[in-house]
Amino acid sequence: MTIQFLLIQVFNGLVNGAFYALLSLGLAVIFGMLRIVNFAHGALYMLGAFTAFALGQLLHLGFWPSLIIAPVIVGVVGMLIERGLLKRLYGLDASYNLLLTFGLTLLTQDLVKQVMLSKFAVSSAPYTPPDSLSGVVNLGFTMFPKYRLFVIGLALVICLITWFVIEKTRVGAIIRASTENPGVTRAFGIDVSKWVTGVFGVGVGLAGLAGVMAAPIYSVDPYMGAELIITTFAVVVIGGLGSIMGSIITGFAVGVLAAIGAALYPPIANTLVFILMAIVLLVRPSGLFGLPEGTR
Amino acid sequence: MKKVNLLLATLSLSAAGLAGAQSLSLADGGVKLGVLTDMSGVYSEMAGPGSVKAAQMAADDFMKSHKEFAGKVSVVGVDHNNKADVASNKAAEMIDRQHVDVLLDIPTSSAALAASEVGKNKKIPVIVVSGGTTALTNEKCNKYTFHYAYDNYMLANGTGTTVTKKGGSSWYIIYPNYAFGQDLNRQMTAAINENGGKVVGSDATPFPNTDFSSYLLKVQAAKPKIFGTMQAGNDLVNVVKQYNEFGLKKQGIGLSTGLLGEQEISALGQDAFAGAIATVPWFWNLDARSRVWALQYKKLYGKLPTYMQAGVYSASMTYLNAVARAKSDSGEAVVKALEGYKFNDFFARNAMIRPQDHRVILDVYTVQVKPKSAAKEEQDYFQRLQTIPAAKAFTPLAESKCKM
Repeated sequence: MTIQFLLIQVFNGLVNGAFYALLSLGLAVIFGMLRIVNFAHGALYMLGAFTAFALGQLLHLGFWPSLIIAPVIVGVVGMLIERGLLKRLYGLDASYNLLLTFGLTLLTQDLVKQVMLSKFAVSSAPYTPPDSLSGVVNLGFTMFPKYRLFVIGLALVICLITWFVIEKTRVGAIIRASTENPGVTRAFGIDVSKWVTGVFGVGVGLAGLAGVMAAPIYSVDPYMGAELIITTFAVVVIGGLGSIMGSIITGFAVGVLAAIGAALYPPIANTLVFILMAIVLLVRPSGLFGLPEGTR
Repeated sequence: MKKVNLLLATLSLSAAGLAGAQSLSLADGGVKLGVLTDMSGVYSEMAGPGSVKAAQMAADDFMKSHKEFAGKVSVVGVDHNNKADVASNKAAEMIDRQHVDVLLDIPTSSAALAASEVGKNKKIPVIVVSGGTTALTNEKCNKYTFHYAYDNYMLANGTGTTVTKKGGSSWYIIYPNYAFGQDLNRQMTAAINENGGKVVGSDATPFPNTDFSSYLLKVQAAKPKIFGTMQAGNDLVNVVKQYNEFGLKKQGIGLSTGLLGEQEISALGQDAFAGAIATVPWFWNLDARSRVWALQYKKLYGKLPTYMQAGVYSASMTYLNAVARAKSDSGEAVVKALEGYKFNDFFARNAMIRPQDHRVILDVYTVQVKPKSAAKEEQDYFQRLQTIPAAKAFTPLAESKCKM
């Protein structure tokens, strides 16, 4: 095991970490504002990839326009879900949301599967990265696909922008205030429920964006979100729910640790994240960056 | 004139009646083919509803050529969700309640083994087409189970031997870490070593898995001549996609696969697979005879068949022919008629059903995926490199662990 090999694995891990970070960031933003664990996040990530694929097939839109349009479409779908369905459950026990979003996941997966089979006659499809990003780059210690470097970079930028908006701007101040004390925020003349819809839209839009970014790496497949979402929930538990920076850092860190672990001892690849989760739950039940429930 | 006609009609009627009464003995008045398959999961495209259609097509063709069976052959398709326990329950239900006379197809090795066990207990023939495990004709063999089309030995032996002989002297293998993958890895390694090649590295990967980059980077560093991937289905699609992405092909590392079917090539695009070498029992444009059948299938069902679906047709036909020879659909009689039977059809060439282990041996082909530019028509994927004769394609009887 050379330093060079470890370095390669770090880059590998950052790619997976980029997806964990984008997804857990969305979950964190949604949980912070709505107190909802959005189980449909993985399906919406898949919907992003599928939308990009469908835009390419039907309207001949390439990667770049899809990178913007698909997340917006997913975001709008998310807002409709919030307005039409989730809103009705706010007064009820959290398990109702869980059941609803889980049901939505199954529905979305099968719907996309049916559309792919009937409309495009495939059950999974490849998605080619733009020419400008295909090929490999010589990093000195290894040849690494250009597109994967782009994924790492873009994910970092998006994560930092999200963090900046929420922590440092007036928009963020309103969101934080609505989270902290919706009643008082309303008293200041702010329509909290509109903000809730918007935040949910942005949160799932991030999942849609991750989906488009993932499409050229994995095939577009109705079940591509199902596996990823489980790992992402583990990442969220490790980082602590509701912390923006926490979910970003944990996402990337878990990606890197899992990649190094997989290289050192391949059979552990799929389990390592859950071992980490178990340890964190034992030592710090509210997660590395989370505050204990009482002090929130 | 009228009288003569009447006489003829009476004669032929009584003749038909006599023939039926004398010879054909069908329990519950007909023959029912039970296709136990994956209707909506990962294997639903290579087998699935397409297999049910193939069996139906065989039933229809058979009834046309055997008048005494007209209206008597039917087909049911049942989903086993790729789970052994479901397969076991469904197989029993199909036999007990739906009165099927044979079980066909059965993708997913564990499900095939489970159904085989049920067939053995209920004395109903089970003809496995889409499941690959060699256990069916070795330690788990039984009187009622037959293995059609392909198996892991044939895949590994054909590809490992051909590629190594062609100069692929050093290999790096990755395989999914469950029975199917471990089995393929073992047999592929044996075939490579036997032909003077060397396996410089092999890694077990999680199953299922989407990200193979760590393994591909290890392969890249080891610089073998051939990268052998034993993944199947969607996992194979992801491996090959990433093999191209990491530029392994451009660095001159050749690609060999374990189980490669038409559907993976369609999913990823022909050029991504171009140059890959695999072993198959059949492909639709193998020759004129295959093409005629495949185009007929497409005309009826809108899609070209995979080799597993073609295999289900051939297996159904072979079974029905055995029923006709035995003049009975009792499991025992049909098994007797199948054992040692030699035949040729559009799918199975120089085929023989080995009585010792019930392996259906047939000629198989080592193929290389053509680049898109060399394709002359839709799904023109494979260039035949070599025909492996039936006698050499499958586990030699001397090595078989089957005790029936």
